[in-house]
Amino acid sequence: MSALSRRHILFGGAAVSAGAVLTACTSNSTGGNTQINKADNGNANAAAGQKVIIGFSAPAADHGWVAAITSNAKAQAGVYSDVELRTVEAGVDAAAQRAAISTLVAQKPNVIVMLPYDGKELNAAGLEAMKAGIPVVNLDRAFPSANAYRLQIKGDNYGMGLAAGAYIGEKLKAKGVSSPLIGEIPGIDSLELTQERTRGFNTALAAYGFKVANRRPAEFTADSGQAAATALLQALPKMDALWNHDDDQGIGVLAAIKQSGRSEFFMVGGAGSKAAIAAITADNSVLKATVTYSPSMASSAIALARLIGQNKGMSDLVELQVPKEITLSSETITKDNAAKYAKLGF
Amino acid sequence: MEQTRSRVEPPPAKAGTDGGAGTSWWREEGFLRNMGLVGVLVVLVIIGIVTRPELYGDAGWVKNNVFTILQQASAIGVVTVGMTFVIIGGGIDLSVGAIIAIAGVWSTTVATQSYGAAGMIFTALVVGIVVGLVNGVLISYGRLVPFIATLAMMVAARGLAAQISGKQTQVSANATINGIATTKIVGIPLLVIILAVVVAAGWVLLNRTTFGRRTVAVGGNPEAARLAGINVRRHTVLLYALSGLCCGIAAIMLTSQATSAQAAMANLYELDAIAAAIIGGTLLSGGRGTIVGALFGVLVFSTITNLFAINNLSTEVQNMVKGGIIVAAVLVQQFRYRSLTHLLKR
Repeated sequence: MSALSRRHILFGGAAVSAGAVLTACTSNSTGGNTQINKADNGNANAAAGQKVIIGFSAPAADHGWVAAITSNAKAQAGVYSDVELRTVEAGVDAAAQRAAISTLVAQKPNVIVMLPYDGKELNAAGLEAMKAGIPVVNLDRAFPSANAYRLQIKGDNYGMGLAAGAYIGEKLKAKGVSSPLIGEIPGIDSLELTQERTRGFNTALAAYGFKVANRRPAEFTADSGQAAATALLQALPKMDALWNHDDDQGIGVLAAIKQSGRSEFFMVGGAGSKAAIAAITADNSVLKATVTYSPSMASSAIALARLIGQNKGMSDLVELQVPKEITLSSETITKDNAAKYAKLGF
Repeated sequence: MEQTRSRVEPPPAKAGTDGGAGTSWWREEGFLRNMGLVGVLVVLVIIGIVTRPELYGDAGWVKNNVFTILQQASAIGVVTVGMTFVIIGGGIDLSVGAIIAIAGVWSTTVATQSYGAAGMIFTALVVGIVVGLVNGVLISYGRLVPFIATLAMMVAARGLAAQISGKQTQVSANATINGIATTKIVGIPLLVIILAVVVAAGWVLLNRTTFGRRTVAVGGNPEAARLAGINVRRHTVLLYALSGLCCGIAAIMLTSQATSAQAAMANLYELDAIAAAIIGGTLLSGGRGTIVGALFGVLVFSTITNLFAINNLSTEVQNMVKGGIIVAAVLVQQFRYRSLTHLLKR
């Protein structure tokens, strides 16, 4: 055997054993993490009723929030014995999701719950389903046409900015800071939702006579959050408050703050992740609050889709049917109420 | 790229110009180009001093800022060293960002983290090398165009990373890994030291070893290299594996900085690395390039990011300036081979 081929065999052996070690490293045990209504609260609507087939379509998850939307919808449907959930893969873009919705419509479910890639681009798909007599529950990204949905349930990006701005304004006023230096780390800046959040934030701060001193956008990822926060901290050697739009990128933002050894300011997060709520409860970092944009809306969407399918209303309301539009309020989670919100963390 | 290749025909297989054996090294193009990039850096710093004199007046801040710029350049700098080798060798690697993502995600799964810091580092490096080897084999033995092979890998590796992570952000609970970003040795951040070591190793490998000479030969004229007895295919495989290894190192550095990894991390690093290599004087058609120049390219980008942050300018403008610098650098490259009059005659 020549030296060369022996070398090849040695190398091959090393590669195989490395592969074996890596295979041992892949299994990933992620516990169930969903925010659902257990339907055991004695509400008359909880009792099993007429069988409802709910079609569900959401984009492939590219980040924790969208992943939570899909797992919530599945978990909530699992709670009801009278609900059958049919999930269709939305594919890679709006066109693929349109095709997926058409397939879904052909299966004639009782209700369709849809988180569109883009509300404007999927508007026609909503109309098509409604025309076919299937009520559509439009989740979060709004259809512009009011006749494209039976129920629209969404978060409040503008309200999120307002809540964050009000918390920061109130806290700085209480501290007696007259011209504070406020930093802002938004997510992907070209998105409408980011712009709405920023608009709300600036409006709320303006009520206190404050404004943002520096703004460094990240990309909803932890490493981009770290980079943006590092740049921001360098630009503002002294800071009073910071709003980071997204708790997922907040992991990186908090890492950057820790790496810089700074702690003279307080920080507000966004969305309400489990990690953020835990950090607020522990109260051992600059993170003092987060404003919610909860994926629990998917659970509520399934619950309401069931009621629509069964022709029932929401039992606390006088009306006999589910309302047409619901916008969740963005709530502020602080140390005082964190325990209550812990179950909504995703 | 084909167009560049046909228009800008370099003198074939001219040695890398970092520190060739010539006696008049100060008159060499590589040295002059690096001085040009140092000039750009000086101009950027002067702009910083003029626009934010109060920050630059504080010596502590300036020292901190230098380290911040270097630290933020460290991961992308390591990737750029690998990319420079691949481009000099006549290829291109569009998958570097994706390799970082798969290496980072694989090394932060719950299972891998249970093996401790050494297991995580081992996993990241091996995953990087293996993915690089796959790239290399597809290109060398499968005869795929590098652009296509690594484009396919870019998509596939991000897909696999998303699959493994369940689209969640995987937080690193390992104090040793997270500590890499905060450790300082004799006052110099460890991340900066890692960058310096990789750059030094890359410089030696390119300019002082047979491997480096072969890389230049393969990229300059593969047929001539083959006739000269170089195993061009195997050499190409090794170049992509080297790029993969650099990505593995960068994955650990980024994971440490962000204290987490996710499938969307290191977004568009391929473009930053290619751009840094190009403005550092590496020819996209191969056969010529310098490691030191590539490092300066990275530092120019990192300094621009810093400059825009301390002046609170939007990232849109920053991206336009970055684009302008890339175009200017390539134009300078063209003028080196064709005089202005020659271009005007067309």
